[in-house]
Amino acid sequence: MSSFWSAWIIVLTLPVLIGCFILLRWNLTNYVGVPEDETTGHEVDGLEEVNNPLPKWWTYMFYGTLIWSVFYLAAYPGLGNWPGFLNWTSSNQGIKNLEESRAAVAQAKADGRYVQLDVENESAAETYGPVFQQFAKRDVLDLAYDADALKIGQRLFLQNCALCHGSDARGQRGYPNLTDNDWLYGGSPDKIKETLLYGRRAAMPGWQEALGEQGIKEMTAYVLSLSGRAVNEREATAGKAKFALCAACHGADGKGSVAHNLPFGAPNLTDNIWLYGGSAGAIEETLVKGRYGVMPAFKDTLGEDKVHILTAYVYRLSNPEDQR
Amino acid sequence: MSKNHHEKIEKSVSLLGIFTVIAISFGTLVQITPLMFMEETKQPIDGLKPYTALQMEGRDIFIREGCTNCHSQMIRPFRAEVERYGHYSVAGESVWEHPFLWGSKRTGPDLARVGERYSDDWHYAHLMDPRSVVPQSNMPGYPWLDSNILDGKYTTRKLEIFRGFGVPYTDEDIAGAADAVKGKTEMEALIAYLQSLGTALK
Repeated sequence: MSSFWSAWIIVLTLPVLIGCFILLRWNLTNYVGVPEDETTGHEVDGLEEVNNPLPKWWTYMFYGTLIWSVFYLAAYPGLGNWPGFLNWTSSNQGIKNLEESRAAVAQAKADGRYVQLDVENESAAETYGPVFQQFAKRDVLDLAYDADALKIGQRLFLQNCALCHGSDARGQRGYPNLTDNDWLYGGSPDKIKETLLYGRRAAMPGWQEALGEQGIKEMTAYVLSLSGRAVNEREATAGKAKFALCAACHGADGKGSVAHNLPFGAPNLTDNIWLYGGSAGAIEETLVKGRYGVMPAFKDTLGEDKVHILTAYVYRLSNPEDQR
Repeated sequence: MSKNHHEKIEKSVSLLGIFTVIAISFGTLVQITPLMFMEETKQPIDGLKPYTALQMEGRDIFIREGCTNCHSQMIRPFRAEVERYGHYSVAGESVWEHPFLWGSKRTGPDLARVGERYSDDWHYAHLMDPRSVVPQSNMPGYPWLDSNILDGKYTTRKLEIFRGFGVPYTDEDIAGAADAVKGKTEMEALIAYLQSLGTALK
């Protein structure tokens, strides 16, 4: 801060402390001429007013706070630009972006300043970092059947994933069930990890204009028929003729991107598992409006080591039996 | 009359009040006044964007519905908070907030960096019926936001007022403000606002 504001703070703070001291002394001095604990001579309804000065315990505590303030202002940053002899701050407040934030952490360490948050983070990384690193070194398939790793994975899942996928990981409308071994982007450890680290953005376009109202009905019938549901055969046949539109992502057979090694995240339409509901109405809505599912990236939030353990937990959900 | 001059203050409520205000104002002068003029607390962080017209309406809905009663927008520099919510809040993020919505009550989680954390669909489902996505939530639903349509009547004025506060809105921003929100639902506005929160430092 500028030297003006620094001076402003100092010039206002110190007189307030001195003023408090003077005020206390002034209030403690006995001007009434009546000794302590004796009557002042006032009496109302038989109740006498006694000269009761401020209690000693309270007075000493007041002095105590004044003495404390002197040490506090010397040790901590309180007086304008004076950093305090402990060189302590809670965080690096002046930063303008994440790079500056990271640079400030390094700078503070080089300067030997005590930044509370940085110190907390560092000691946590020293304590817990090696634990996560130990797990991160091991194969996902190994961790997926390790009780300790699963315990950590479950905590991470409940804190970060359960909000959408549910605490039982069985998902809900719009958020995939993670326990059914039905995958949008692939269920191998590598693919799960990729999804967790970098997130996914699905894009199912709306087909209202291309298909028209009748076309949407026909396509709905055909899509339902792929999962073996009872439909109007004539509509389904008409829908099948236009399925080339969908085949680019879902595959000509409708078995989805994963079955065809495509990276689009288009669901398998033949397994009667529905991300946005399997009623004719829900499928129509999907076809009309499109769907834009988002899986956030966790690389920066959790770091790779934690994501590695989480990968094992998610993998295990669909693979309860160790098949190695 | 005794020689105890402080008796005058002790026996007069007006004097006591006046001196109390004077005593407290020293705290204000030291702790708050410099922050309003110091360069460090007036500079926006890199990449901070003024609220769009739609986000501005969403912000007002956020205030109207009392979201601040349960949600703070201030990540303190503690490890537990930083791990959960992201980088701690800095002064440069709030320079265009009038008033700021830091809050102090956390019945629900802090929202300072909720922007881009969930999808628009998630927010829609959550605001319509919080239990549909978070079964243990005790947040009320806000389904009426989906049927209330914005008319944009005051949007232009709001942006003008904020420009008066020093928020760098351009003439085009202000001219297009009403049209930008007209016909949108309050739900869309609120989600647009939520999705913008804290994204400049992420």
